[in-house]
Amino acid sequence: MTTPFNRHKNILEFALSSLLRRKAKNLSLLGLYSLIVFILASLIFFVHALKQEAAFILRNAPEMVVQRQLAGRHDLIPLDYLTKIRAIRGVESVTPRFWGYYYDPVFRANYTIMVPDEKPLAPGETIIGCGVARVQRIAAGDIVTFRSHTNVPILLNVREILSPESELVASDLILMSRQDFQEMFNLPRGQATDLSVTVTNPDELTTVAIKIAELFPGARPILRSEMLSTYDSLFDWRGGMITMILLSAILSFVIFACDKSSGLSAEERKEIGILKSIGWNTPDILLLKFWEGIAISLSAFMVGSILAYLHVFLFSAPFFASALKGWSVLYPEFRLVPAINAYQLAILFFLSVFPYTAATILPSWLAATVEPDAAMRS
Amino acid sequence: MRKSSTFLLFMAFCILVLATFSLHAHFSSAGGMNNRRYRAQLVQELGLTDLCLFTEARYTRHLSMADNHSAFQDHPVSLEHFPSGALTMPRQFR
Repeated sequence: MTTPFNRHKNILEFALSSLLRRKAKNLSLLGLYSLIVFILASLIFFVHALKQEAAFILRNAPEMVVQRQLAGRHDLIPLDYLTKIRAIRGVESVTPRFWGYYYDPVFRANYTIMVPDEKPLAPGETIIGCGVARVQRIAAGDIVTFRSHTNVPILLNVREILSPESELVASDLILMSRQDFQEMFNLPRGQATDLSVTVTNPDELTTVAIKIAELFPGARPILRSEMLSTYDSLFDWRGGMITMILLSAILSFVIFACDKSSGLSAEERKEIGILKSIGWNTPDILLLKFWEGIAISLSAFMVGSILAYLHVFLFSAPFFASALKGWSVLYPEFRLVPAINAYQLAILFFLSVFPYTAATILPSWLAATVEPDAAMRS
Repeated sequence: MRKSSTFLLFMAFCILVLATFSLHAHFSSAGGMNNRRYRAQLVQELGLTDLCLFTEARYTRHLSMADNHSAFQDHPVSLEHFPSGALTMPRQFR
């Protein structure tokens, strides 16, 4: 007895045999198709996991950072601001932050130097991030050398290396005492890099930010919600590289679909003619072409998605590393916590499977509606 | 074995692998929470504001702290030239 399942299975059997008759063409098509799905799915997995990570970690970032701007650029902030901001109703605490950048001419790497507020260090001591230790090839207990603003070497004893789990936030970090920081950068007295502000009631954060901006027109308050939104829009489709990848992928899908919908080869037309002459009707032929399209596009989707997951979460996205590293010497080595965004994967499924299958059916329908002898002769 | 059976088995295998990945993601995220908490604690203790993703330019190292002119560092028509600048966007002004 022929059940609907068996009927579909028989047509699928014929579709696969038909595809295997043009093995080289269809296998190369499947390979290319899988590659495009792989790139897109890798991007989706990577960006989603990174955004999730940022959203979790940065919930603990300072409630508000107040910068001073001069001629459109970040400038040092006078500590006088601190007393005036503290006097604003609703402000709980104001803490000066001392941090800056250091370019290491020997290793050509950029580091972030910071004075920790909660865990003060003794002069001559430092705690460094894993990336710095890796670049400089140093371990805890070693001596590390930097140059002061007068080009005099500053020797610091490495008290601790931050754990590898911290790479995503502190790979390039060098923590040192306030005295060593002063010796290194010679900051003008009574000035800090910026101020960290906490408020009593988080609902009043925006009001306090507006008051600070009114009190000091040159000041720029940055709220925690803005820090979070910065990373939420990271690798957004408007970013140049992402736009290029998306455009290339969409263009590839369009080329596949156009190639299919532009017409069938003489061999395929002849095949349809023969099938019609031996008794196949038009719906059967459309079903055959539907299964051919599904076999290619669904296989490509599955293979591409599986490889993308392995690429991003098991091998830490090595294909993206060179694009992310850019010109930087110090690059954090991190492994993202796996996360699958079902919604974006569903979009990729509809984008990759449906247009191709639809484009396979349309020219076949046109060919299947002509007389068998005409189809065979064409 | 018929080709159609092989194909259907292959599809079933792929679905099974994807389902396993979903489970893997679920349980890894539970296991990875300790590492995440450690990072979050570090952010709180040190008052960090950004992820360390790009160290090549100061305005991509601290994306949320960067001013909107920093990509044009040398003069107004100096075009952005760091590769990471093509992956990120400046923070939107309120």
